[in-house]
Amino acid sequence: MDSRKNDDLEAEIQSHLRMAAQDKLAAGQSPRDARDATLREFGNISLVKEVTRGMWKGASLESFLQDIRYGLRTLLKTPGFAVVAILTLALGIGANTAIFSVVNAVVLNPLPYPQPDRLVALFQKYSEFPKGSISYPNFLDWQRMNKSFTAMAAYRNSGYSLYGRGEPERLHGEMISAGFFDVLGVKPLLGRAFAADEDQIGANPVVMISERLWRRKFGGDPNVVGQRAILDDVGRTIVGVVPDNFHLKIKNFQNYMLNDIYTPVGEFGDKRFRDRGSAWGMNAIGRLRPGVSYEQARQDLDRVSRELGAEYPDVDNGIGITMVPMREEIVGEVRPVLLLLLGAVGFVLLIACVNVANLLLARSTSRRREFAVRLALGASQLRIIRQLLTESILLGLTGGLLGLLLAKWGTGVALAFVPQSLPRSEEIGLDTHVLLFTLGISVLSGIVFGLAPAWKTSVSNVGTTLKESGRSFAGQRSRMQKTFVVAETALSLVLLIGAGLMLRTLASLWRSDPGFNPHNVILFSTAAHESLTQQSPAAVRAYYRRMHDQIARTPGVESSSFEGGATLMQDDSENYLWIVGTPKPAHTSDLPLFLVHSVEPGYLKTLQVPLRSGRFFTDQDNERTQPVAVIDESLAEKYFAGRDPIGEYLAHPGTGPDQQPPAQIVGVVGHVNQWGLGQDGPEALRNEVYFPFWQRDDKSMVANSRFNTVYVRTSPLGTPSIATLRQRLLQFDSGLVVYDSETLDKVVAASVASKRFTMMLLGAFAAIALLLASIGIYGVLSYLVGQRTQEIGVRMALGAQRSDVLRLIMSDGVRMTLLGIGIGIAAALGLTHLMRSMLFGVRPTDPLTFGAVTIVLAVIALLACYVPAHRAMRVDPTVALRYE
Amino acid sequence: MKSQYQNRIELLQGTLDLLILQTLLWGPQHGYGISQVIRTQSGEVLQVDTGSLYPALHRLEKQKWIKSEWKLTEKNQEAKFYQLTAAGRKQLAEERSRWEQLSDAIGAVLKNPVIG
Repeated sequence: MDSRKNDDLEAEIQSHLRMAAQDKLAAGQSPRDARDATLREFGNISLVKEVTRGMWKGASLESFLQDIRYGLRTLLKTPGFAVVAILTLALGIGANTAIFSVVNAVVLNPLPYPQPDRLVALFQKYSEFPKGSISYPNFLDWQRMNKSFTAMAAYRNSGYSLYGRGEPERLHGEMISAGFFDVLGVKPLLGRAFAADEDQIGANPVVMISERLWRRKFGGDPNVVGQRAILDDVGRTIVGVVPDNFHLKIKNFQNYMLNDIYTPVGEFGDKRFRDRGSAWGMNAIGRLRPGVSYEQARQDLDRVSRELGAEYPDVDNGIGITMVPMREEIVGEVRPVLLLLLGAVGFVLLIACVNVANLLLARSTSRRREFAVRLALGASQLRIIRQLLTESILLGLTGGLLGLLLAKWGTGVALAFVPQSLPRSEEIGLDTHVLLFTLGISVLSGIVFGLAPAWKTSVSNVGTTLKESGRSFAGQRSRMQKTFVVAETALSLVLLIGAGLMLRTLASLWRSDPGFNPHNVILFSTAAHESLTQQSPAAVRAYYRRMHDQIARTPGVESSSFEGGATLMQDDSENYLWIVGTPKPAHTSDLPLFLVHSVEPGYLKTLQVPLRSGRFFTDQDNERTQPVAVIDESLAEKYFAGRDPIGEYLAHPGTGPDQQPPAQIVGVVGHVNQWGLGQDGPEALRNEVYFPFWQRDDKSMVANSRFNTVYVRTSPLGTPSIATLRQRLLQFDSGLVVYDSETLDKVVAASVASKRFTMMLLGAFAAIALLLASIGIYGVLSYLVGQRTQEIGVRMALGAQRSDVLRLIMSDGVRMTLLGIGIGIAAALGLTHLMRSMLFGVRPTDPLTFGAVTIVLAVIALLACYVPAHRAMRVDPTVALRYE
Repeated sequence: MKSQYQNRIELLQGTLDLLILQTLLWGPQHGYGISQVIRTQSGEVLQVDTGSLYPALHRLEKQKWIKSEWKLTEKNQEAKFYQLTAAGRKQLAEERSRWEQLSDAIGAVLKNPVIG
């Protein structure tokens, strides 16, 4: 192809030379002179060929490179402009890249397991609780009876005390079914997962440990498999090491802590765990058979639960199975927040683009003549637009590159503040998708901010531009600049309102009364040595009375209470209870569920929960006295509407020798928020019952003797640190492990962490937007003032007062600002309802937020107007007119 | 020879395209012919440099404003003849009106008496 074209060109040139020589011969020159003259006139043949060949290879590429070279030169000629534009874009693109890298990792990328769309999370469905815990016998039946799963596996949160490797240490872990890692498709780093025969009562005790623990406590010994680890009182054989890159953040799995220990759930022999009617914080995962749809699987599970309901009507009647696609379970909750943030940061980029477009427009005045001349010399309008767009895309790409660096640094910083609850945060990083995204938005923003100015510049009328000879009133362009100012005012107002609504949400969350006073309260958990469960009930009680005294006698402790049930905003514990006197349903599973607390008399004082009527527990409510109970006001209202609950009885379901006697209600206390600030709505379980810690029956006293949670109210002055308390407790029992210590304030704060994070980011974006918008307004007005210097000079020469000039310029700014605010409010009214699910105690159209934010924006915009207007006022007519 | 050289005017880019298209309006012509026509019609003022002519011809062909064909000249020699296409005619009309606008504009500026 190319060689044929080369031959053709050669022939063309030869024919040219022949014809030229012949003409010279005909004119009477000698053949020798004719040839020499021809060659001289033609010039450098090989150079002509080369330049001509240059026309063949994609003319577009050639001129594209030319555009780039030209663009770079132009930008380097105005470095101030280039730096401002690039920094503005870097900020916008960087913020977008950072948020997109989060959205990409958390929401868009498939889960890091093989065939992740086949994975589901499984829960037992109660009437009040779609995602409740599963009872172990039910789970075994689901596993056996279903027809749509390749495999199912159960897991339940657990804690272990590790002995014999330095100081005893409390470790988090999970009890899992043998097939758990197979379901996920996760391979152990070393060794193997559990075998089916290890997943049952009486099996040889085995354990899998995390890579972290393996390195920390076993020195990364490659021969760790087969060694023994003493966990609680059991020596377990290590069969496998779980890689640290395995993450799974679902209910009851890695909720707060990373897991270090895995044991087979089937060997857990507690009789109550194997009671079909009780569920002990166990959930399950499953892998669907290939080709089975979610709907088919759901129908299959419905059949299973119906059959179980028929077979065990007392406890399984009305109990269903909830199946949630794994991806939905992991990221479903954060998806709307992340998309909101992505939208918000998109606004920031738009504002950045508008600012750069403004700069370009201002600059284009000086270049209009350049382009008018080029147009006159035959360049097409399209060609000029392309040239200008090449320049702006160059700016976009440079800004993008810088933005990428900003994002890399920024995500690193932001991840430190990311709430623990953000799933998949470990996967966040700059991958190909993110890089493509950044490239895409860099080019796109280059086009967005470049197109309008390029269009304006290129359509300049040759005649008028050249006639203007440098003085430009630029009517059209200033109209476009004003439009830009209006747009960015509107965009930043929307962002400010979004941030304002989140701020108000947090404020009302903080103001919302959780029903208890978390200030100056510490809570921690204790794990006693396994041998305590071998002791008599009396000995266990004595042990805990001594522990109580030890805590109470620590200086600075005002009051304290054990909690053997639902810990506030951290976990929960529910029981079925029957209110004696109400109609008793045929099945236990039809009884209402109650949040159950097991506390000491000091609880009320420690948490400052108000007593509504009757009395709270006293030291007299112990193992030797009649069982009593206290209920919260919400339960009283729901089940005793109009009646006095005091004196009524609450009975535990079930019959037989283990049956506990009914407890008499002696008091009503205020409702406490169990689930986290803002999460105590009518859809949440709100019935709360308190039983005295010391009235636990002998059996459960011993069975539950190992673990305990303690609330301590400290005096505001001379607060004992958690370390002091731990030390005191270790003096009391050196085998005791104290763990999960935290101030209650922090626990409460953690329950709003994701909302706070959203607010912080939205606030940051809004601040950037406000900054960029005020720079934009300032820039445009300064430019307009500059354009009108002569006009102002004339006006002042003709007798206009300085205040008239100020008013003239200010009125321009005020008009733009007001228009922007109007449009912004309209847009915000349309958009904020998308945030409804994230708001608390404030409507999406909250007038206070709208009003306050508008005032802030207006004040800042007016300040941005005032500076150039003030400068205009100072114009000296004689100087201004001299420019003429 | 020397005076002729001084009178020569460097052709501005874009202008050459216009001249080539205009030349081809009278019928197909080869590269050498085009350069001769421009020179004679401009009264020997415009000298077309072959280093500009051939790239321009090939560029215009690539843009499909002209097309080429090997044919025999009157003197029975092989030469590559260029010919206007329909798109080329349109382009010529556009470039001509733009040129006229510019030359009017410049003319108007130059005719104005000097002020100040």
